[in-house]
Amino acid sequence: MIPLAIENGGYVGAAYLVFLLLLLIYVVIMAGKLQRIQRELGELAELAESSPGARGRDVGQVRGRDQEIEAVRQGDRG
Amino acid sequence: MTALQSITLRRLAIATLVVMGAGYALAFLYAPQDAQEGFAQKIFYLHVPLAIVSLLGFIVGGIHAIRHLRTGDPKHDARSYVSIHISIIFGLAVLLTGAIWAKSQWGEWWEWREPTLVSFLIVFLLYATYYPLRYAIEDRDRQARYASVFAITAGAFVPLNFLAVRLAQPYIHPRTFSSSGGLPGEMLLAFLVCLAGMALLWVTLVWFELDAKAASGNLAKIRRALEASA
Repeated sequence: MIPLAIENGGYVGAAYLVFLLLLLIYVVIMAGKLQRIQRELGELAELAESSPGARGRDVGQVRGRDQEIEAVRQGDRG
Repeated sequence: MTALQSITLRRLAIATLVVMGAGYALAFLYAPQDAQEGFAQKIFYLHVPLAIVSLLGFIVGGIHAIRHLRTGDPKHDARSYVSIHISIIFGLAVLLTGAIWAKSQWGEWWEWREPTLVSFLIVFLLYATYYPLRYAIEDRDRQARYASVFAITAGAFVPLNFLAVRLAQPYIHPRTFSSSGGLPGEMLLAFLVCLAGMALLWVTLVWFELDAKAASGNLAKIRRALEASA
């Protein structure tokens, strides 16, 4: 049933608005935190890519794959 | 955050939106207008679920604190901290919405002679001291232990406080569930759905913040490992 006479509607609106505002503030703060996490994740990804250990591992993996491909080719010829 | 957790959180958020939407649709469109309070009674569907969930959240924080002290697992300390954190936000909303309702009904923002109001303020202020207490201690383990002791003590105070208020003579604050008669069926249905929605919102926010905390912790671990290997 929709109330016909809406007295004190301003108070009801204010109460719900205050709750939504509090939620919004919380969400904005959490969004800021998530942005910081994403930024740090990006920095870490760059750090991982630029670290000498990571480069060595990449090169090693590529060499290993090349050797596998070569072995398969030789097997085909044989 | 794992993919499964992310999906669960998304489902939980959708369920929260659906239940809260249904609850407030029932409150505004289905539940009749209160004969005494008029339209301002609609604040009740927000204020009372917030108060109940907030108080239960403090107790949940205490239960996690007990588990933390028993096991020493920092996961339980994080759950206790986040439960209390979200409950404090809900508690602030209770005080603000309650003050607005009081102004509409009594013409005053606050009534110091009313035990319901004052007792909730005491609980809220008690938990407001949780942050300075926690962050005044630098050592992480001690910080978690002391915070857990606080959460258990304060958590035990919540039901005692609630009981004392129920036993006390109310001054002017209405009782939602009393022996002299409860809510009419339509109002009760709307109220219960709003309460379920508010509980789901609390769980969603706790889950969300715990996930963010876990992600932040994992990042710090990776950073330390990378810096050590560099």
